[in-house]
Amino acid sequence: MSVAREEHNFEPLIVAFCCNWCSYAGGDLAGTSRMSYPPNARVIRVPCSSRVSPNFILRAFQRGADGVLVAGCHPGDCHYITGNYHARRRLSILRRFLGFMGVEPERFEVHWISASEGGKFAEVMTEMPEKIRALGPNRKLRDAR
Amino acid sequence: MRRIGVFICWCGANIAGTVDIEKVVEESKKIPGVAYAGEYRYMCSEIGQDMIRDTIIEQNLDRVVVAACSPRMHEPTFRRAAESAGLNPYLVQMANIREHCSWVHKDEEEATRKAVALVRTAVAKASRSVELFSQEIPVERRALVLGGGIAGIQAALDIADAGYEVDLVEKSPTIGGRMAQLDKTFPTLDCSACILTPKMVDASSHPNINLFTWSEVEQVEGYVGNFTVTIRKKARFVDEEKCTGCGDCFEKCPSKVDSEFDEGLVQRKAIYVPFPQAVPNVPVIDKENCRWFVKEKCRVCEKVCEAEAVDLEQEDELLEKRYGAVVVATGFDVLGLEEFGEFNYGKHPDIITSLEFERLVNASGPTGGKLLRPSNQEPPRNVVFVQCVGSRDKSRGKPYCSKICCMYTAKHTVLLKEKYPQSQAYVFYIDVRTGGKDFEEFHRRAVEENDAIYLRGQVGKVFPEGDKLLVEGVDSLSGKTVQIEADMVVLAAAMVPRTDAPEIARLLTLGTDAHSFFTEAHPKLRPVETHSAGVFLAGACQGPKDIPEAVAQASGSASKALGILSKETLLSDPCVSKVDESLCTGCLMCIDVCPYHAITEKTIEEKVHGEVVKRVVAEVNEAVCQGCGACSVACRPGAMNVKGFSNEQILAEVDAVCL
Repeated sequence: MSVAREEHNFEPLIVAFCCNWCSYAGGDLAGTSRMSYPPNARVIRVPCSSRVSPNFILRAFQRGADGVLVAGCHPGDCHYITGNYHARRRLSILRRFLGFMGVEPERFEVHWISASEGGKFAEVMTEMPEKIRALGPNRKLRDAR
Repeated sequence: MRRIGVFICWCGANIAGTVDIEKVVEESKKIPGVAYAGEYRYMCSEIGQDMIRDTIIEQNLDRVVVAACSPRMHEPTFRRAAESAGLNPYLVQMANIREHCSWVHKDEEEATRKAVALVRTAVAKASRSVELFSQEIPVERRALVLGGGIAGIQAALDIADAGYEVDLVEKSPTIGGRMAQLDKTFPTLDCSACILTPKMVDASSHPNINLFTWSEVEQVEGYVGNFTVTIRKKARFVDEEKCTGCGDCFEKCPSKVDSEFDEGLVQRKAIYVPFPQAVPNVPVIDKENCRWFVKEKCRVCEKVCEAEAVDLEQEDELLEKRYGAVVVATGFDVLGLEEFGEFNYGKHPDIITSLEFERLVNASGPTGGKLLRPSNQEPPRNVVFVQCVGSRDKSRGKPYCSKICCMYTAKHTVLLKEKYPQSQAYVFYIDVRTGGKDFEEFHRRAVEENDAIYLRGQVGKVFPEGDKLLVEGVDSLSGKTVQIEADMVVLAAAMVPRTDAPEIARLLTLGTDAHSFFTEAHPKLRPVETHSAGVFLAGACQGPKDIPEAVAQASGSASKALGILSKETLLSDPCVSKVDESLCTGCLMCIDVCPYHAITEKTIEEKVHGEVVKRVVAEVNEAVCQGCGACSVACRPGAMNVKGFSNEQILAEVDAVCL
């Protein structure tokens, strides 16, 4: 990880799972609209938010991610009809589980960003690092390395 | 060890302007498994693609990563390039260092660092990618067109003329749609009926077109090339074969209700043909208002019908049909004006919408084209037209421009003057928008030759006074309030999608915008396609548009549909779910979460300790599966995986991101 990890100059690392049809496209629109946001997040493209297994999120925290974002189509607008409803149910349980494990649930966010919401994508990408910065680095789940 | 090739694109200055390409090349070479890293100014160009092909062969590469734009843009391009070198196209991965990096970050060092991380992530995914193969799926070479307005008719005719069978399904008793209601069309003042009705007849007599009027789509299953659609052919209570179209039945029918076709300005009977030129010219009984169905008394129509075509025992029919492609052309409605109390719409007969004006001025309309005030059947003298009623109005209406109102209002002022040279038209507008061939000239004609008075401003209040209507508004250019004594007030209400558009969207899994207009696959480059493969859009169901635009889009979607129908087979996307039967425990949780009913159970036989044992496992129908991956997460033993987005690949990406 090349983002500076020193305590006094903490730059959070965020793993962002974006669905191909809405949120990834929203990210593309933020790009084509030349919106500017900080480079903390790395996007992993998935077909649908329902493809995101809690396993992937826990793995990210284990590997040292300071925050994880899952972004999908707005409820009702899923490209795969009902995928984001499954995601919403699974991920809200995961969020509680994170709290139970002693990880700040605020490290994990779920947003609905449509293909036309480049502005919202940039906003989430700007605000999330700020919130995580306030929490400090993720130590609870990070592998001892 | 893999031999992965990394190709980094400058995209001119788009990427190279912010990202240090040399540095990315250098860092890429250090990633384990990378055998080659190179750069070029435009990777997607012919030279760039040739470079990829030649390098794959020369360097004996087994995986390829292209760091360039969004995979939504050029993934197919680079897959083809790899394929030309004999590499399986699904062994190509892209790193999006343009939309997600160079275009959104300003600091070169940070952007370069992120670009390297994105390349590393793509390399990690590529090294775990496997060869995937598309399946050939047969195409049902027939099309469904939903909606029988001008867009639907045009699409059906184009497809039918190309030699393929089309079913045209229309909800109302006749085809023709909104255009049939119009009088003249801007900017040429062509009579709408004169150009539309021949097309309606063409559609009904075309050997390749089957009309299903008074019918609705009830269920859609399947996928591109192989849709199975259930159509509900509602009971018409009139035998289409026997009916001669004489009209005796509706002459004698005693029940009257407001005519939908005439926008409620006059009444029709319970057994009716919406308008004399309807296609098919076969009446339909409106069950809700028929005395027989409501009170079990009457049956007059049955008695008077000499052809014995009235059949009150007829029932809805459910037809199951198969199609390769679908064109959606469900059209528009006019915004309800309940929220706009200041206009007193519905409270006075002379306060009407533009569509009602259209009927009043139409020769086949309620006044026989005389254009009389609905209140007293006198010719109007002063007519006030109000633009943008509900359009460009975030608070109470719709934020968008309905696009056609400026032009049809100009047309209305011209038609008014033609009928009554002594009359005076007043138009309250926000802006006049006349983008279109000959549109501005037409508008100037309305203003200059017909003396229509255009007032820039909004109307605050319309209220009856005596037998007149008082219109109070503001002329924002002079800053003065204006009061006009009008005989008629015409409201250009916003165009909205049909009320059942969300239902159609659900049936066909189409995207909609915030206003329920269907969304196209790409606003510029894929304007008639949707994200549901094999489903195309035409006309105002996609957004406000005028007749020529609707027709052009219809021909566009017809040609897209023909692109499918002209093939005997299609190649399926191999990025779908797959079961590892050795891990599957047969819990079948996957079946519940699958939105496409693509998973079924099957019984397999295994040898366990020399004995044949039967057990149940899940089975994916690869042609139906769309690859969302919901099942792979629901799967407890981890037997379900998604090809192209496998657990191994995503975990490798996570690890690479966090490295």
